[in-house]
Amino acid sequence: MLTRNSARAAQRLLRAAAQQPQQRLNVARTFATVADNTGSLQADIFKPTKYGGKYTVTLIPGDGIGAEVAESVKTIFSADNVPITWEQIDVSGLDEATASGKTEERFQEAVASLRRNKLGLKGILHTPISRSGHQSFNVAMRQELDIYASIALIKNIPGLQTRHDNIDLCIIRENTEGEYSGLEHQSVPGVVESLKIITRAKSERIAKFAFSFALANGRKKVTCIHKANIMKLADGLFRGTFHKVAKEYPQLEANDMIVDNASMQCVGKPQQFDVMVMPNLYGGILSNIAAALVGGPGVVPGCNMGRDVAVFEPGCRHVGLDIKGKDQANPTALLLSGCMLLRHLNLNQHADRISNAVYDVIAQGKVRTPDMGGQATNREFTNAILDSMEKAL
Amino acid sequence: MLALRSIAAPVQRQCARAAPRAAAVRLSFQNQRLYSSQDRVAKFNGQKDAQGRYTVSLIEGDGIGPEIAVAVKDIFAAAKTPIAWEPINVDPILKDGKTAIPDAAIESIRRNKIALKGPLATPIGKGHVSLNLTLRRTFNLFANLRPCRSVAGYKTPYDNVDTVLIRENTEGEYSGIEHVVVDGVVQSIKLITREASERVLRYAFQHARSIGRKKVRVVHKATIMKMSDGLFLSVGNQIAKEFPDIEFDDELLDNTCLKMTTDPVPYNDKVLVMPNLYGDILSDMSAGLIGGLGLTPSGNIGDECSIFEAVHGSAPDIAGKNLANPTALLLSSMMMLRHMGLTEYADRIEKAAFATLAEGKALTGDLGGKAKTNEFATAIIEKL
Repeated sequence: MLTRNSARAAQRLLRAAAQQPQQRLNVARTFATVADNTGSLQADIFKPTKYGGKYTVTLIPGDGIGAEVAESVKTIFSADNVPITWEQIDVSGLDEATASGKTEERFQEAVASLRRNKLGLKGILHTPISRSGHQSFNVAMRQELDIYASIALIKNIPGLQTRHDNIDLCIIRENTEGEYSGLEHQSVPGVVESLKIITRAKSERIAKFAFSFALANGRKKVTCIHKANIMKLADGLFRGTFHKVAKEYPQLEANDMIVDNASMQCVGKPQQFDVMVMPNLYGGILSNIAAALVGGPGVVPGCNMGRDVAVFEPGCRHVGLDIKGKDQANPTALLLSGCMLLRHLNLNQHADRISNAVYDVIAQGKVRTPDMGGQATNREFTNAILDSMEKAL
Repeated sequence: MLALRSIAAPVQRQCARAAPRAAAVRLSFQNQRLYSSQDRVAKFNGQKDAQGRYTVSLIEGDGIGPEIAVAVKDIFAAAKTPIAWEPINVDPILKDGKTAIPDAAIESIRRNKIALKGPLATPIGKGHVSLNLTLRRTFNLFANLRPCRSVAGYKTPYDNVDTVLIRENTEGEYSGIEHVVVDGVVQSIKLITREASERVLRYAFQHARSIGRKKVRVVHKATIMKMSDGLFLSVGNQIAKEFPDIEFDDELLDNTCLKMTTDPVPYNDKVLVMPNLYGDILSDMSAGLIGGLGLTPSGNIGDECSIFEAVHGSAPDIAGKNLANPTALLLSSMMMLRHMGLTEYADRIEKAAFATLAEGKALTGDLGGKAKTNEFATAIIEKL
């Protein structure tokens, strides 16, 4: 059942890739998931809601810098007349939000909205350590909607100088099981067990996703990241399933690497990686390491894909509570995630216009937010993008 | 139940009166728990021999192991370090169907309380427990100490790295408790206990003191693993109260990965302590920052004995060709000397070693030089 569906998704992606004409090498283009050039959105497995020529998309700004960057996305999208109506839901994981009722009910509302619209753009929700029994909303949402594949696109942005060059990798992370199962118990006081669950069905699903993603986006190699030398059964199952699936994709190179070695290679020679696929926790670790290589969480776009629902969110998930409300946030990650959403809807021209403007502003280097080494505020950066879009017309 | 207790209580009291000494022993044991804050965790208790030297068990290891061990021995001899080496063989034997270390080797390490170990090749095959893991379990080496310092002669994208990482070594994700629930569904158990957490955290604070760092930071993922990592974190908060001179804080694993890779320098004044898996990944990542495992020392600290080792592979392709880089083993032996309290010797040799690396004249092939293993060692000896 699972496999058949992901196989169908894979075939669709493949078909789309085959039909896609050779386009000019555009930086913006390579950032996206595959575009559907068939124009037949009815065939789309996601079937997003569309009323009166406009798509309804759930917008969850999230905590921390979420509200600010969501505002710049809304401004820029409306300036480009993107045919999207936002259905904004302010969920919050912060403790002080409990009184205003922004937590549990709003969370359910958000899940219902995502189910209805099948598409979402989301910031990151805060997860407090102290509140016992409170599961992370981010994790709960992924489990509830079964958005199993998380994608983070790590690529040097032209003009943004970091310690490493020529990085172009993609981290695909299993989102619904593994260490984040939430199953923990205290056997006796002072002895805690935490369960990591790995299943063949979900390992197969994520491996198939990774390979079809690699094919559809013209990538060459898929690397499986694991710790099967220690967790022989759990990660062994993940790795074994990966290699079994790899046999169905002889045109792609497949290899595997142990997670500690991969982290070391990542800071030393990140250019060797292409598509990487891994269980939940390692994905968290490696996406942070890799994001740091190209300029931090402010510039890494990403998305979460499920069978029915796709939620686009920054690829390196940081709430940014420390710079909340200071107008210092970098909206690039959410903007580029928004562009991925547009490409997902086959609104490629909008996506190209917006992402080219973002890259232009960063490449010129005059207006940059503090995390990119500039002094501009979020608002100034957003205005610069708007200006650039106007000039390009 | 109640009745039982009311009977039991007077009996106990009577016993206590009858045997006050026994009660006192029990009480003091309870108060002392595992360690009191004054006691040093994993203190070195080795004895000097008649010539005033400490004996150290030496596991040369496989592949390049013997060559780099010779280099270290030469340098130690030149520095007149009061160390006598006792080479031991740890080729695994099968005992009751399980991999085990020969008794003679165990005996030697137990006696000397300290060992230096080269790289061991883990044969690939089913059901073979790695020898490293066997050693760790046999001697209950609960903390893995992994400092990483930039080597002046070797350029990487990161400068001035000087991190110290301590990893819990006995439980966590590496508990080895796994099972197949039904076909295709596997559970792997991460085990966190108060006892082991307390031990490694206390060691972290004491180590911070002994190397003169003022901050200890716990790295965790307690937002998701609220109970297991939550326990580790709360034990950290408790232990911190015993060390008012050391600043204590905590950081989410994601943030540590991100910030360390962006800029490792802010971590130069801290000691990081964390559960097993995170420590494994982050320590190798830090090694990546300074150029790989060939330049990083490692120490496995236990109550009874401690083993210092080079964590790189045994490099069978260059074995016996006199091309290997002994830096990792040499730096590990420096850590060993410091653990034994022979700090002056460690400082002298370390200075010579770093000067040789910085000079860049006698570097081995992996660092872009052309020198042989023994030429590198000779260069260090000349600087002593």
